[in-house]
Amino acid sequence: MRPFDYRRAESIEAAPRQAAAGAAFIAGGTNLLDLMKLEVMAPETLIDINRLELNQMEDTADNGLRIGALVTNSDLANDLRVRRNWPVLSRALLSGASGQLRNKATTGGNLLQRTRCHYFQDRTMPCNKREPDSGCAAREGVNRGLAVLGTSEHCIATHPSDMAVAMRVLGADVETLKEDGTTRRLDLDELYLLPGDRPDRETVLEPGELITAVLLPPPIGGRQTYRKVRDRASYAFALVSVAGIVAMQEGRIAAANLAFGGLAPKPWRDPGVEDVLVGETPSEALFNEAADILLSEAQGFGGNDFKLPLARRTLVSVVSELTQETQS
Amino acid sequence: MTEYLKMDAPATERRLDDMAQGLVGAPLDRPEGPLKVTGSATYADEWQIDGMVHGVMVRAPGNSGRVVLTNSDAVAEMPGVLAVIQDDRLLRNPAQGTADAAPIQGARHAAYHGQLIAVVVAETFEQARHAAQSLQVTLEDAEMVPVDPATAATEPRENQALDQGDLEAAMQQAACRVDVVYTTPSHSSSAMEPHASIASWDGEELTLRGSYQMLKYNRNELADSLGVHPDRVRIVSPYVGGGFGSKLGLAPEAVAASIAAKQLGRPVSVALQRPQVYEATMRRSETRQRVRLAADAAGRLIGLGHDARVSNLPGETFAEPVLQASHFLYAGANRKMSLELARLHRLCAGSVRAPGEAVGVTVLENAMDELAQEMGIDPVELRLRNIPDEDPESGKAFSSRRFRDALESGAEAFGWADRPGVKERREGEWLIGYGMASAARINVLKESEARVTLLPDGTARVETDMTDIGTGTYAILGQIAGEMLGLPYEKVDVRLGDTTLPPAAGSGGSWGASSSGTSVYLACEAIRRQLAERLDVSEPDLMLKDGCVTYANQTKSLTEVLGGDEIAKLGHVVPGETSKAVRQATFGAYFAEVAVHAASGETRVRRMHGSFAAGRILNAKTARSQCLGGMTFGIGIALTEEMAFDPRDGHVTNSNLAEYHIPVNADVPQLTVELLEERDDWASPLQAKGIGELGICGAAAAITNAIYNATGVRVRDYPATLDKVIAGL
Ligand SMILES: Cc1cc2nc3c(=O)[nH]c(=O)nc-3n(C[C@H](O)[C@H](O)[C@H](O)COP(=O)(O)OP(=O)(O)OC[C@H]3O[C@@H](n4cnc5c(N)ncnc54)[C@H](O)[C@@H]3O)c2cc1C
Ligand code: SF4
Repeated sequence: MRPFDYRRAESIEAAPRQAAAGAAFIAGGTNLLDLMKLEVMAPETLIDINRLELNQMEDTADNGLRIGALVTNSDLANDLRVRRNWPVLSRALLSGASGQLRNKATTGGNLLQRTRCHYFQDRTMPCNKREPDSGCAAREGVNRGLAVLGTSEHCIATHPSDMAVAMRVLGADVETLKEDGTTRRLDLDELYLLPGDRPDRETVLEPGELITAVLLPPPIGGRQTYRKVRDRASYAFALVSVAGIVAMQEGRIAAANLAFGGLAPKPWRDPGVEDVLVGETPSEALFNEAADILLSEAQGFGGNDFKLPLARRTLVSVVSELTQETQS
Repeated sequence: MTEYLKMDAPATERRLDDMAQGLVGAPLDRPEGPLKVTGSATYADEWQIDGMVHGVMVRAPGNSGRVVLTNSDAVAEMPGVLAVIQDDRLLRNPAQGTADAAPIQGARHAAYHGQLIAVVVAETFEQARHAAQSLQVTLEDAEMVPVDPATAATEPRENQALDQGDLEAAMQQAACRVDVVYTTPSHSSSAMEPHASIASWDGEELTLRGSYQMLKYNRNELADSLGVHPDRVRIVSPYVGGGFGSKLGLAPEAVAASIAAKQLGRPVSVALQRPQVYEATMRRSETRQRVRLAADAAGRLIGLGHDARVSNLPGETFAEPVLQASHFLYAGANRKMSLELARLHRLCAGSVRAPGEAVGVTVLENAMDELAQEMGIDPVELRLRNIPDEDPESGKAFSSRRFRDALESGAEAFGWADRPGVKERREGEWLIGYGMASAARINVLKESEARVTLLPDGTARVETDMTDIGTGTYAILGQIAGEMLGLPYEKVDVRLGDTTLPPAAGSGGSWGASSSGTSVYLACEAIRRQLAERLDVSEPDLMLKDGCVTYANQTKSLTEVLGGDEIAKLGHVVPGETSKAVRQATFGAYFAEVAVHAASGETRVRRMHGSFAAGRILNAKTARSQCLGGMTFGIGIALTEEMAFDPRDGHVTNSNLAEYHIPVNADVPQLTVELLEERDDWASPLQAKGIGELGICGAAAAITNAIYNATGVRVRDYPATLDKVIAGL
């Protein structure tokens, strides 16, 4: 860990200004500190935002929910409104990390956690994300956990968050405050960048830009689930995950919202997958057709080839469950 | 005065059965438990010593070549830095268990990626870590070296080869045969407490506070590594936060701390970082195992073959003893076995959680399941039919063996009769299956010494450099002494983990309890004799209980008998003829129920049972805990644990607890353990055999056999992760 300066954010408004280039916000620190210990991240200054008034959850005028950036993963998962109206989010959160980590981890920090790619964390290895133009050791290395969708020749890392997958299926927006005092709202598709030739750039956020909240739109009708497939029963990152909300009407699929984790550099959503389902009667053939669309451009890199059949099987299983249960 | 026993004849007296205190075998709590759960037991790196500074080790960024530190002068100038040390005495890799001498040393050449080639010392830990990370290491004249066991050159281990009868002919004649190849990956001990040492010198005398399993050997290893006389070295290790083999032999941090402390004239603490524990301590070798089974029409084995390939670094002699239990577990007149060692450049291979049997019995038990399936015989019945009358190779008798009872009683306890057929039971999306496997582990007695002192106030003190690595040594030694001397548990003070105390066998190979326990027992016997002398009665006529002596119809308190004196005796046991005259081993059986998700291939163990026989059980609670731990390791071996090596340079790519998947609570269901009553007179005067590792030896096979029963999929490449399961679904 490199020596660094530490400052407390003076106010919400001041925080982006305090976090000039070379600084990083610290929230729960569960990701940032680990990476600082490895010197994979080495900010010169930490701006501690933990005392800012960003830990509230408020109902919004349109029956949505405004989640302060500092609300912990535990508090968010256990909130009664979330459990009742957005259960997919609660389930996704509870499937992540461990109780201790969730008590510390925050909403904003969770969205911005870095990839678990081993080579990113090992400074003796080439990694375009850590050190642009050094190469990508994962392509021909151990890549069991890495992406099969949205990759580039420069990087095949996954975004590891479960929470973000649920937020993506719910159509959540992120609210930010920039250094110049302006705010903006971004949906998660806009927030995250695909690696392209700049895998070091993971989001559109500018230096100092502070996430202040996540806004959940009003509850969507239908059955919700979060299915996380992983290498052990708990405390493991998703190999594949599916966040699904499906509504049925008279035996047909009235609405289908599906987002996928573990497959791509960002929480993945493919309108084609949803479109093919809507209006149809559920069948295994139909679900496989949806999987065909999801995976039409998927590419494995050896160790993660199994994610293609696994994603298919999980999609089929989740949509079968959601369509069955709402039918009965 | 020393009470010395060479174990040349069976101890048929079974004296512990005649004692009155009632401690041995009782499920007593560990006396040090409250210290540990309240954080007041001081572990190696937690000692605060005046003037102490911190060292952090530096890893080689590749697997070959000459190590050059290109900026060590600049690093030496960094804030707080006291020294950048690259010394020929640094260890290339840890010592193997019971090595008793330095392992291969040298920091000028890299032999594997992650080798610890230097130590940077600074005033604070943070300064040292940053400086260590800033040290630029280059490897000059690096070459392509083998890292893949499948293609690396191999050496046969001739001393492991067996060719008895004619296995090939038996395979020809067999009514049914199985010829299968399984692979198991490397495992890491993954102890919770990272390796850590604090070295402090007083003139030429070194004290090392470390985390080690076998202190008398470790002391010699450290002295030899440094080039000093062992008399000048003291190792203190009262609490060990898990070892599982990784702390059997001296590890690199101990030597680094000692060299740095000497050079700086200040105490130096060196703790390995978590990734370094994975990269530079010990791994269990991966294995490739071919098992051949030839059975007659009645399901009786006429031939058994087991050929294994394991690996290690150049220069290391340890080869995972995969075949250890295959030699005696089952009958079969025609037998062929071989072991070969691939030479490659991954971190050192050594003892990890039941070396040999953990993976060897597992694969043998998978092959037995395949044979049972092939023949349509109940897997339990197949085992029962193949229990040999005597050791099938040497013809020696078994010292004790409740193998049949464990199989039958375990099957009963588990409800094996309710076993579904292959792919027969389904609950929603979950496929349900049952599986079983046998357990077997060799039993070993090792030289061990302990001093017991009966104090004038009627309490006793037990002293030995034996260790407690979380297993319950403090408890059982106190129980044995209390039992023999007629003292309540609380009246015995057990002091361990210091080489100034009498040298013990150490914790490893499951021999600690019976070896070290016997030395305590012998010392107590000598004390009893002295008490008898004082009272002028014969020793067997003494009845000691609750601090009182009863003899010839009268009772006196011990304090009275002692009259202000103390009696101190040394017990000393060495193995003898009984280790050779008979086959000594422990046995058991596992039963598991799994649920496999039909879509994702994820396996959840729903329940698991083990029935074990390991001679006299010294403490029913700590023994059970050992078995629970063993079965939990079995779940890890079956489903999750695998060191993932980079295919190009052999470095460990999952070097932390988040990515090296040991089972977590949610992976471990209700486990039940049955301990069968047994006495083994050949093993020791305690009639106890080792139980520490028995619960691992084959456990994984019960689970993978259950996966087959649930799904019809045989995963022959451990661990049975979901990708391998769905490939067959
Ligand atoms: C062992 C382990 C297992 C885990 N398992 C899982 C898992 O299974 N699933 C899962 O989803 N996650 C998992 N995690 C990740 C965990 O969810 C994240 O570490 C956590 O959510 C990060 O939140 P934090 O508040 O601690 O972020 P920090 O570490 O404080 O910050 C992370 C990043 O976000 C930035 N940041 C934080 N807050 C803001 C803000 N308001 N505005 C702008 N930038 C900000 C920081 O500068 C930093 O770059 C695991 C983590 C660990 C260590
Ligand atoms: S996949 Fe991305 S993060 Fe991983 S090594 Fe390649 S560039 Fe780095």
